[in-house]
Amino acid sequence: MTRELIKGNIAIAEAAIRAGVEAYFGYPITPQTELLEWFSQRMPELGRTFLQAESELAAINMVYGAACTGRRVMSSSSSPGISLMMEGLSYIAGTEIPVVLVDVMRGGPGLGNIAPSQGDYNQIVHGGGHGDFRPIVLAPSSIQESIDLTVEAFDLAEKYRAITVVLIDGNIGQMMEPAELPPMKPLRTTLPDWAITGAEGRKRRVLSSIYLDPEEEELLNLRLLERWSQIEANEIRVKEYFLEDAEIIVVGFGTAGRVALSAVRTARADGIPVGLFRPITVNPFPTSRLIELSKQAKAILVVEMNAGQMLDDVLRAIGGSVPVEFYGRMGGVVPFPDEVLAEIKRLSEHTPEFYGNPRTEWMKRLAHTINEKG
Amino acid sequence: MEITIPNEVVYQRPKSFTPITTHYCPGCTHGVAHRLIAEVLDEMNLRDQTIGVASVGCSVFAYNYFDVDFVEAAHGRAPAMATGIKRVLPNRVVFTYQGDGDLASIGMAEIVHAAARGENITTFFINNANYGMTGGQMAPTTLPGQKTTSSPYGRDVELTGYPMRVSELLSTLQGTGYVVRRSLHDAKHIRQAKKAVRLAFETQIRGLGFSMVELLSTCPTNWGVDSHEALDWLEEHMIPAFPLGDYKISPEVSELKV
Repeated sequence: MTRELIKGNIAIAEAAIRAGVEAYFGYPITPQTELLEWFSQRMPELGRTFLQAESELAAINMVYGAACTGRRVMSSSSSPGISLMMEGLSYIAGTEIPVVLVDVMRGGPGLGNIAPSQGDYNQIVHGGGHGDFRPIVLAPSSIQESIDLTVEAFDLAEKYRAITVVLIDGNIGQMMEPAELPPMKPLRTTLPDWAITGAEGRKRRVLSSIYLDPEEEELLNLRLLERWSQIEANEIRVKEYFLEDAEIIVVGFGTAGRVALSAVRTARADGIPVGLFRPITVNPFPTSRLIELSKQAKAILVVEMNAGQMLDDVLRAIGGSVPVEFYGRMGGVVPFPDEVLAEIKRLSEHTPEFYGNPRTEWMKRLAHTINEKG
Repeated sequence: MEITIPNEVVYQRPKSFTPITTHYCPGCTHGVAHRLIAEVLDEMNLRDQTIGVASVGCSVFAYNYFDVDFVEAAHGRAPAMATGIKRVLPNRVVFTYQGDGDLASIGMAEIVHAAARGENITTFFINNANYGMTGGQMAPTTLPGQKTTSSPYGRDVELTGYPMRVSELLSTLQGTGYVVRRSLHDAKHIRQAKKAVRLAFETQIRGLGFSMVELLSTCPTNWGVDSHEALDWLEEHMIPAFPLGDYKISPEVSELKV
C-alpha cells in the first residue's frame, strides 16, 4: 500500500469500509458530510447498505436496528446531530450491542458554527444519554491515526459489546494529509450468538433495553460496569512525547494535542524541559499513567479547544499534588502553537504554585489575549 | 344418539404465539390484534422468517407474546429500527406494532419517512384514541370533546387541534403499497381485519412498498366503560371519525385471493 493525500472524513469512511462495515445510516451536517457522501458512493458499489435518514434521530435508530442483526454498523455526525442521537445511544448501550460512531465536533452550544471544536468531550465522555453506561472514546490527532483507530473501533466495539466513538474535530475531518489506508478486509462470515436474524432452526431471540425489575436492571448496570473495568484494564492508549525528563507536562487530545506538540518541540529547542501527554483513549481516561508522570512534574498544562472539559478529569487524577493550569480556545477558535508556547514559557520562568481553579485564572489571561488582538 | 367428534382442529393457539399470558386489560383488543397477526404468520409459514419490532406503549411487551425474533424500539422509532433491520436482511419479513401515541405523535417523522421511502416493512397501528400505558392521556387520535386524564374538560380543538387521520395521510405517499383502516369491535370486522393483515404481509413479500393496517381498538380501562360498552363506543364514535376503508392498495395486491 502507498501513502496518498486524503481528506480526513473520506479517510475515516474508507477505513470503515475496509474494516468491513456492512451498513451506514447518517444525515448531512457540516463538517462531517463528506463521510455520508463517500458512503453513498461506495456502499452501493460493494453491495452494502447506505441510507440517508430523515434525521439523526432516525439514523441512530436505523443503526440500532441494523446492529441488532449482528452486522458491523456505524453512523457519523457533528455536535448538534450527536445531541439528537443521545436517545438511541442509550438504548444501544442498554441492549449491549456494538456500534461505531464518528463525531466530527464543531463550535457550540446550540447551532454554534461549523469551525473545529472539542466541545463534545463532556457530551461523549461524561454524557452519552440517560442511564449508567460509558462509550469507549478514541481521539486521533492525524488522518493516519484516524484511519487506524476507525479500524480498531469496530474490534473494540465487538469485543466489549459497547459503543465506540471516534472523536475528532472539524480540523481533522476537513484537512488533507498523506496517509495509508488498510487493505480491504473480507466481511465476517459468522454472526454473534445474540444476532436477530429470524428464528430459523433455533429458538427465538429478543433484543431489548427493558429490565422492568429494578434488581434485573441493576444486574445489567453491573454487567456494563464489569465490562468497563476490563476496558480500563486492557484498552487505555496514550502517546507520550519528550516526557522522560519533563518538568512541565502538557496534556491535550486530538487537534489541541497536536498544536501543543508543535509548541513543545519549539520549547524543547529552547531548552525547556517540557513534554506532551496525549490521551488517545479519552474514555477510559489514562488516569494511572498521568498520576505516575505527575510525580516528576513541577506543573501540568492542559490544552483544549473547549472551556476545560478534559481539565476536570486531569484535576481529578492529579488531586492537587501538582499545580495544574489550563489554556483553551472555544467556540471554534483553534489555538496557535505560539499561544501554547507562551504558556509553557510562563510556567518555566515562574515555578507555579497555583492550586486553585485553573479555569478562572485562564479566563483572565484569555480576556487579555482577546483584548490585545482587539 | 350418536355423537360425532370432528377430527379436524378448528381452533387452537397459533404456533407463532408463545405460551405466555398477555398483560392486557380485560376487554382490550390488543389480544385480538396479536392473535390475527400470529394466525397469519402461521398460515403464511413465516414464523421463522419474521422479525418483529415492538414499540413503547401498552404493546411494549409484544415481544413476549410472539414466538419470533423481536427487538424493542425507543418510543416512536420502530419504523427507523425496522428500516435498519430490513435494509440489512431484505429477505426477512419485518413488522412494527405501534400504538397511536407512539406512531402518530412522537414517531410521526419516522413513520412518514418510512412510508415515503417505500420501506418494505409492515406496520400494525393500534388506534384506541388515547395513551393507554401511561393511564389514558390525550393522544393525536383523541376525538373532539373526548375526556382524558390530560384533557379533563374534553379535547378542545381550538387549543389542541383535530384527530390525526394517519391512514389517509400516509396513503398520499407514493412509497405506500397497502394502507387500510379496519376495526376490531365485532366478529365481522375482525375477519376483515385478518384479511388485511394477510394482504399487508403479502405486500411486503412482493416488495410492493410500505404496508400498514390501522386497527381501531378499545381501551375500556382508560375510557372508563365496561368491555361491551367499549365496543359500542368504538362503533358509535370512532368509526365516524376514522372511516374504515382501503386507502391505498397496489393493483397487484387487490387481485390477490386469500
